Amino acid sequence: MSDLFSIGLVLAAIHLSMPLIFAAIGGLISERAGVINIALEGKMLFGAFVGVVAVWWSGSPTIGVLAGIAIGIALGTLHAFFAVTLRADQIVSATAINLLALGITGALIASVWGQPGISPSVEQVPSLTVPGLAALPWVGRIFSDLTALDYTGFALVPLAYYFLFHTPWGLRVRACGESPEAAASTGVQVIRTRYLAVIVSGVLASLGGVYLSLAAVGVFQAGMTQGRGFIALAAVIFGKWLPFPVFGGALLFGLADAFQFRAQAVGLNVPHELLIALPYVVAIVALATFVGRATAPAAIGQPYVKE
Amino acid sequence: MALPRAETGLGKLAETLAGPTRTASSFALTIALALLAAVPILYLADSDPVTAYRALLEGSLGSDRAIGETLLAATPLFLGGLAVAVAFQAGLFNLGVEGQLLMGGLVAGALGAKLDLPAGVHLVVTLGAAMAAGALWALVPALLKALRGVHEVITTIMLNFIAFSVSRYLVSPDGLLVSKTQPAATDPVHESAQLPRIWEPTRLHAGIFVAVAAGLAAWYVLFRTPFGYRLRVVGRNPVAARYMGISPSRTIVKTMLLSGGFAGLAGAVEVLGLHRRYFDAFSPGYGFDAIAVALLGFLNPFGVAVAALFFGMLRAGSVLLQAQAGVSRDMISIISGLVVAFVAATVVLQRVSLRRHGEPMPLPSPTAAAEATDTAP
Repeated sequence: MSDLFSIGLVLAAIHLSMPLIFAAIGGLISERAGVINIALEGKMLFGAFVGVVAVWWSGSPTIGVLAGIAIGIALGTLHAFFAVTLRADQIVSATAINLLALGITGALIASVWGQPGISPSVEQVPSLTVPGLAALPWVGRIFSDLTALDYTGFALVPLAYYFLFHTPWGLRVRACGESPEAAASTGVQVIRTRYLAVIVSGVLASLGGVYLSLAAVGVFQAGMTQGRGFIALAAVIFGKWLPFPVFGGALLFGLADAFQFRAQAVGLNVPHELLIALPYVVAIVALATFVGRATAPAAIGQPYVKE
Repeated sequence: MALPRAETGLGKLAETLAGPTRTASSFALTIALALLAAVPILYLADSDPVTAYRALLEGSLGSDRAIGETLLAATPLFLGGLAVAVAFQAGLFNLGVEGQLLMGGLVAGALGAKLDLPAGVHLVVTLGAAMAAGALWALVPALLKALRGVHEVITTIMLNFIAFSVSRYLVSPDGLLVSKTQPAATDPVHESAQLPRIWEPTRLHAGIFVAVAAGLAAWYVLFRTPFGYRLRVVGRNPVAARYMGISPSRTIVKTMLLSGGFAGLAGAVEVLGLHRRYFDAFSPGYGFDAIAVALLGFLNPFGVAVAALFFGMLRAGSVLLQAQAGVSRDMISIISGLVVAFVAATVVLQRVSLRRHGEPMPLPSPTAAAEATDTAP
């Protein structure tokens, strides 16, 4: 039993939460600006795929991360075009992105690597060792096992908080989400702000995917996100669109995932197939019990029409 | 009776595309755009679009057997599309049809193999139980939405993954429903519960009649009953619904149950008619294609039927597509996604052109559509 609750569990929880943290902070920013972001899943999957392809071609994980950022910008722009410029229904457009992500990445595996379903292993993002801290007993393992992406992910949370609530740009973003007409009347460029917010969310979601493939396992597998983009969205709602609670939600769901993994490893007497469902069940329970009537940004999901 | 003006996203979609001529031209435009947009992706996947589309056509319509396969694939797609369409008409994003149909198929497979009832009765009971299973799977999201305001997009998708888990567990080596003779499946369904083949030598089975009946029932419920009217009002304009004394939460729950029931039926029909047993991952993503089918069919049972035929063609043709043009089955998901994207886009274009030409927004009722097609004396 002490095997289950151990530093290994903490590490696993960090590694499994990190994609959720990236995607959830991205979703938070886009939703704060008033654009529903159901497309986190698709953007994550594309990021995971493009990251592995880039490393395969270049041999460098750094290039993989940069490629992930690039595809995130592209997808964010596309999504923003549909949602902000065309003012198409945001959930339907996002569903399109998710379906396309699944289909395109799945189809391209065979084209790129000649084998269906899964890519060969590529070089992973290397872990960083923090001198001094790594020598600490018990917790020291953490400081030699995390990558630059992990540290970035952790830094994102206070950065997002500071940006949204202590800068004028953050105020504009929130204004676009609460009342775009009022924001426009004070000179805020609603369209541009929403575009930027969605593009940022695209980059972050994509980085979450890059983490999933490059930092966690070093391969791309068809459909490997397995609903994590939606779990990240659940974290956003569970966290009431505030950075630190959202971070807590992502950690909670990641912990559920980690628990499920470790339980299998130590042979806990629950069927393996059912344990896999744990994160999804936790997400539903969290939404049901802690949220009540969700306090979303007031103008979310509504297209903005320039007068 | 007329419906209030649409204020919700899905409501506007349904409203914009009412009217047969507009529907037909939008349908053709959306398909054309999707197939066109697929061309660069085909190139990316190292295949020649001309060969690919020719293979698709041949594989779906080129022979009796092909046509049989097309209708065969269209059957669960039609039922799944009905499930999605019914929910969308009420403004509910039921993206959990895949999980609901899985549960329906599982229950159908289990009861079809374990019960011993006279023919006919067995079939009816099994189908009914499958519908109940699908409905039950939609109940949790329904209640969470109605009572706690939790958005059904996330809960239905979560339940998809839970369905994958639970169903896999139940036919795992220690599972309750696993067959003694075949792993990851239930025992074969007794003949008394099977849907008989109706067109030798194709694999087409009586499930298509079930689907047609379900489609007619869906149309009737949606457009000819008070409940259907309330459902559509809630979907267009929840505020107006409240003013009219309609309880949105009750309507939400009933609608999701109905939607889940259609989804469960979709799974059951596949298990009882085509495979004659339930096995793990028997659905190649019918629930997800159903989203595209419903949107392409503009949330109307007749449109959904035509859309289901189109996607049935894609599925049936995909075998030859793989064999002759080397394109994997994933192409169908891609076209699915493109269709959804273009439906979203064409709706916008339609609204823009309507506004530009100064035509008043028509009220989306069958009588208005009928009047629009009446020739002047």
